[in-house]
Amino acid sequence: MIKQAGKDHAELADDFNRDEDRVNWHDETLWFIREKRDKAAHKIPEWESLREAASQIKNNVLSNLNNYLLQFEKNAVANGIEVHWAADAAEHNAIVHRLINEANVVRMVKSKSMLTEECGLNEYLAKHGIEVIDSDLGERIVQLAEEPPSHIVLPCIHKKKEEIGEIFHKHLGIDAGISDPQFLTEAARQHLREIFLTRKVALTGVNFAVAETGEFVVCTNEGNADMGAHLADVHIASMGIEKLIPERKHLGVFLRLLTRSATGQPITTYSSHFKKPRAGKKMHIILVDNGRTVQLGRQDFRNSLKCIRCAACMNTCPVYRRSGGHSYHTAIAGPIGSILAPNLDMKQYADLPFASTLCGSCSNVCPVKIDIHEQLYKWRQVLVKEGYVPAAKKAAMQVMAGTLSSPTLYKLAGKAGRFTIKYAPFAVSNSLNPWFKQRDMPAAPKQSFGEWYKQNRD
Amino acid sequence: MTVGLFIPCYVDQFYPGAAIASLQLLEKLGVTVVYPTRQTCCGQPMANSGFEHLTSGCNSLFIENFKDFDYIVAPSGSCVLHIRDHLHDDNSPETAKAISGKIYELTSFLTDILKVKTLQANFPHRVGIHQSCHGQRGLHISSMTELVEPAYSKPESLLKLVNGIDLINLGRKDECCGFGGTFCVTEEAISAKMGKDRVADHLDHGAEYITGVDMSCLMHMEGILKRQGSKVKVIHIAEILNAG
Repeated sequence: MIKQAGKDHAELADDFNRDEDRVNWHDETLWFIREKRDKAAHKIPEWESLREAASQIKNNVLSNLNNYLLQFEKNAVANGIEVHWAADAAEHNAIVHRLINEANVVRMVKSKSMLTEECGLNEYLAKHGIEVIDSDLGERIVQLAEEPPSHIVLPCIHKKKEEIGEIFHKHLGIDAGISDPQFLTEAARQHLREIFLTRKVALTGVNFAVAETGEFVVCTNEGNADMGAHLADVHIASMGIEKLIPERKHLGVFLRLLTRSATGQPITTYSSHFKKPRAGKKMHIILVDNGRTVQLGRQDFRNSLKCIRCAACMNTCPVYRRSGGHSYHTAIAGPIGSILAPNLDMKQYADLPFASTLCGSCSNVCPVKIDIHEQLYKWRQVLVKEGYVPAAKKAAMQVMAGTLSSPTLYKLAGKAGRFTIKYAPFAVSNSLNPWFKQRDMPAAPKQSFGEWYKQNRD
Repeated sequence: MTVGLFIPCYVDQFYPGAAIASLQLLEKLGVTVVYPTRQTCCGQPMANSGFEHLTSGCNSLFIENFKDFDYIVAPSGSCVLHIRDHLHDDNSPETAKAISGKIYELTSFLTDILKVKTLQANFPHRVGIHQSCHGQRGLHISSMTELVEPAYSKPESLLKLVNGIDLINLGRKDECCGFGGTFCVTEEAISAKMGKDRVADHLDHGAEYITGVDMSCLMHMEGILKRQGSKVKVIHIAEILNAG
């Protein structure tokens, strides 16, 4: 996804904040989900050890990824699944295109797959005359609205039901002015039923792929992956290479964590295992790298690949809740997206690791214990060293570092008037200072503590 | 026991009252306190902006100022966390490591080292506690709503020893105030919105004062309160524990 009109996170967040009521609604909606997650987690006394187990299993996967991939391929092939390897997004999209051509069709139904968002698959196929219909309700809504998803689990969480009614009125022919969720869902259901019945190729994502058995598991609440895959002649499953787990028994850990972390549900309505194609049908798996092995080679950032895409870090993030998913201008928004995206393109995503207060809530809710906020801090160091920060910021930081390294300069700067300490962003009293837009300055005390101490104690 | 008092730069410059209260409180509790006068800053403003490589001057200065104390205490969770996690010096790595191990945020020094069980303090007001993220999630001075763990709070346990204090409950117990260092200007819209929301939670629950262990968060919320013309005040926890 390209930046909207070249704007960075702060600018897009500023746009989003022009409608404060909407920001409040967005924040409260996602906070409600965060609270549901808390309630679900607190019902499991061993929650923290479950997180630790998941983290260790994924660490093991990352350290032995080559072996597990080969084991998975061998078992999947033995099951009758065709396995493809894609080094990057372009290769992935070309493989999907070829498989669609081989099936002699020009239409495909697709369930939720953030990987295909990352790869820009829909746009690519549209350019080649292939129609893709997203079957996840939220994804279908944003697809009709010609927008990207704003959240990886709740793609249209930024839309109010009245707006969804308008979209359905325009595209699905329902009456104008309807906002009843049950009515809208039924309209989508009828529309998608026709799609499921007529599409011969179905693409799904993959939540977990089991090396031991060569099977994969797809989790949905709507059953849309199943309906697409079961009614099609060809099932294509796209997965990032980090989606592996060693053995089937490990699913017991991940399935308990995934949906509790995501929405507060004990488990997804459907956790479907796909192991082999039905007689006369075809099943394909595309194993996609697209930067993952590069990230695996970055010592400080490799464990971001433990991510199981639950979005708990988004729901808890006080910045995400108030800036909206589109402000991250990347397929995966929020804290986790901000540590994944710079790996793909440091220049384009240099703003994202700075779109955080480093409050640490993300790391605490992460079901696989990714140290998200610490990686945000580390990405900042990398981006500065690689030269992706504005020159003015660099110059200001050098002055600040010089002043603070010298007790004499520090005291002089203080004496020059507490309001004009150049390094304190909140201390410059003029309308150009962003601090002053919505906040006042602290009152200047008569003396600093250092001066008081000298007078009273030294 | 001699304690080196570390006063963060913005507290020194803008909130000397919090620093004086910290000093007096420690002295009341029988601690010998020394304030090394050549101190400046922990280096966090640069480091959190991605310029940790420019902090070696601050690091050496910090080590020079504080290496000889039994403990180092600061009225800030954020600056203490920075020293704990990031203080380093290629010339004296062991000294840096030792300092990281003996620096304490003020309230945890009171509960964990001094084991304070009583206080002679009066503060007859309705008070909301702001959980500063770095003290809470970084130094674990209180339990976190995200984790499945027993509830505890070092700052709250001390405030409960204060006569007349009325601690309020909040809608969101531990949401960030949005200060975030340079984030407060680089992401002005979100930072200010987070500050407004945090302040509103305290106001909705009838706070007369908002307190916490970090003056930076309180400064942020004070900026919002003042702009709104509110009579509600912010106050560093040391000033309450030292009151009366």
